[in-house]
Amino acid sequence: MNEFSDRLLTEVPRRARKFKFRPITILLVPLAAILFQVYLPRFFTYLGYLELPLLVTVYFALMRRQPIAGVFFGAGIGLAQDSLSPNQPLGMFGIVKTLVGYFAASVSMRFDVDNPLIQFVLGFFFYFFHAFFHWVLSRALLGLQVDFDPRQTFVLGLLNAAVAVPLFMLLDKMKE
Amino acid sequence: MEFLLNRYRNLTVLLVVIAAQLLLLAYQVKSNQDVRLVRVWAVTAVTPLARILEVVRRNTIGIAEDYFDLIHVRDENNRVKKELGRLKMENQFLKTELSTADRAQALSAFQSRTQSRTIAARIIGNGTGMNSKDVLIDRGSGSGVMRGMAVVTPDGIVGRVLASYPTASQVLLITDPTFAAGVISEKNRVHGTLKGIGQSKVIIDYVQNEEKVDVGEVFYTSGDDRVFPKGLPVGTATVVRPGKTFKEIFVVPAGTQNGLEEVLVVVEGIHQAIPDAQAVASTDIYILPAPPADKASNAPTTDQRGGTLTTDADRLRERYKKIGAAQGHVFGQGLPGARPANFNLNPDEVKPPPVQAVAPAGGVAPGVVNPQAVKAPLAPAGQTGAGGVPATTTIARPVPTAAQPGSAAPGVTPRPGAAVPVITRAPGTGVAGGNVTPAVSKPPVARPVPTAAQPGSAAPGVTPRPGAAASVITRAPGPGVAGGSATADGSKPPVAKPAQTVPPSGGTAPGVTPRVTPRPQTANPAASGTVTVTPKPVVPRVVKPATGTSPGTIPGTIPGTTSGTNPATNQETKQAAPKL
Repeated sequence: MNEFSDRLLTEVPRRARKFKFRPITILLVPLAAILFQVYLPRFFTYLGYLELPLLVTVYFALMRRQPIAGVFFGAGIGLAQDSLSPNQPLGMFGIVKTLVGYFAASVSMRFDVDNPLIQFVLGFFFYFFHAFFHWVLSRALLGLQVDFDPRQTFVLGLLNAAVAVPLFMLLDKMKE
Repeated sequence: MEFLLNRYRNLTVLLVVIAAQLLLLAYQVKSNQDVRLVRVWAVTAVTPLARILEVVRRNTIGIAEDYFDLIHVRDENNRVKKELGRLKMENQFLKTELSTADRAQALSAFQSRTQSRTIAARIIGNGTGMNSKDVLIDRGSGSGVMRGMAVVTPDGIVGRVLASYPTASQVLLITDPTFAAGVISEKNRVHGTLKGIGQSKVIIDYVQNEEKVDVGEVFYTSGDDRVFPKGLPVGTATVVRPGKTFKEIFVVPAGTQNGLEEVLVVVEGIHQAIPDAQAVASTDIYILPAPPADKASNAPTTDQRGGTLTTDADRLRERYKKIGAAQGHVFGQGLPGARPANFNLNPDEVKPPPVQAVAPAGGVAPGVVNPQAVKAPLAPAGQTGAGGVPATTTIARPVPTAAQPGSAAPGVTPRPGAAVPVITRAPGTGVAGGNVTPAVSKPPVARPVPTAAQPGSAAPGVTPRPGAAASVITRAPGPGVAGGSATADGSKPPVAKPAQTVPPSGGTAPGVTPRVTPRPQTANPAASGTVTVTPKPVVPRVVKPATGTSPGTIPGTIPGTTSGTNPATNQETKQAAPKL
């Protein structure tokens, strides 16, 4: 292993570096992201390609480095998104984002999540995971005949990953 | 438990949260049938188990139930088989009844269509002969059936009644070897005689090889046999090939092909017209319209343009006509041995000679005009040989004879040794020529054998070769005196033998039974005393003595041709075929 890899995979510093956020931040940031996701695409269609609640979930799970905290972050943000999303039964985004928060918190203990590259990769991966698992649940639980376009998902994953890096830098300012 | 929760706390929390959300999702979501997802999931989770339980129950309990059910299957199967057999027999019976009804309907339609009066009969038995083809019908003399009546079906003729009993009749089928009937072809109207050969096919006999009969041609009854009315279908020719003497024509009879069950007996037959040959089914063939008349061509080619014919044959015929007219020669009227016209003359230079009046000598029948005497005089009367028989032979013709005694021009010298044939054709009662000895004036006697010219009896100027015979052919002597056919010695001539002369001679000598032939335009032998006529004049054939023709053989005779001359009108008439 070289120095770069040592920096990415060192375990001790990760556990020592748990970030805490103020409750108002934990409450308002996801709410803002949900509102952005729900209402802005009505006026700016292309903004619908951004999945800000997902990125916020990934960010808080990565920063907290606690799977249980990530589970609740994801479940809360997902249920809130389901509640504010029309024609969306409660629980679909909740289940998916619960899994995302859990796996993101689990991954954060193995990688240096402060690295922008890691953030970009994790942003792309969890977007793809989120889209694919949502498609699976839609077909399995709801019986909806929806299509999954891997190419489009790949492109949108890159777009959201590109947005995740500056977003994570912006949210880092809110750390205590 | 506490250890597990502590060790897998994260995963446990995850599963609990997800399960809670699944329940929430299931509670709020309804399926397309407006059923909550919780119920759908519950049913989906339970029904497979229920299905499995049902399969197990059915396979275990069902086997036992099937066993008891199968006990009665064998009996049920036997009962159904019996029922099926009964229904099959009933179906066959109904089909037979329907077929019978169809045949009866066909017979009824045929009865109403044909002009002949018929009665329906049913075949009730077959003949017992080994090779005979005869059947028994349920109509006999009590129903008006008589021997000789025709038996037909709408498809064709079947046979004729061989014997009639009070309640039944025996019918000889057309396939019997002893059966015969007169038939005629559809296209070319070729007459023949249908004969059975003991097989499913029959043959048409007595059709000359020169006649044209095609395979597939339909034959109809000709009515000549006076059994079957004319116009009934007989069958279709399947094999037509030339034979040694006559064509070999095999015909599949139409009346016996579909089986015989019901037939019609013709109790009063009416001759019908033979339908014309059907044209070949028209197919889509493009035919160009007729080309326009070629105005540049001035030479007409047919007689439709003023009657001018310009073919080589036409020109040759016109040339011969002119030659004949210039020399007073009538083609087709020349006697055998007479001098023909000089065809080397230029018809444009010669002129026809003036008509010479014929001055018949004594013994010539008054009113008889002999155009042949102008240029082909024969031996004069009185130049007879020993016994008062003319030296030369006499000629008796249906038309006024050419042999005018005493009117023969002297100087006609036939080639030495050449036979002078004399043909006595249908002499009737008229005495042809005065060179008949008184002994000949006896009634009907005709000698069909050639009569040799007696040496020393030649006419003046006629020098026959010694030993050469002047043939006299007596052909179909009628009831009258065969004029000029007396023997040379003046003795009583022998009685004619019709069987050796013209086979189907009508008006033959009394007591001679003629033979019925199906030839066209044949004198009907049954019409006794009625003379028949042929449209074409009979061309006599010369019998050369040198060939050694046996007496009694007439090589030049044509079977079925006319055989009698009306002595009153000296003209032949045709007997109309009477209706049955």
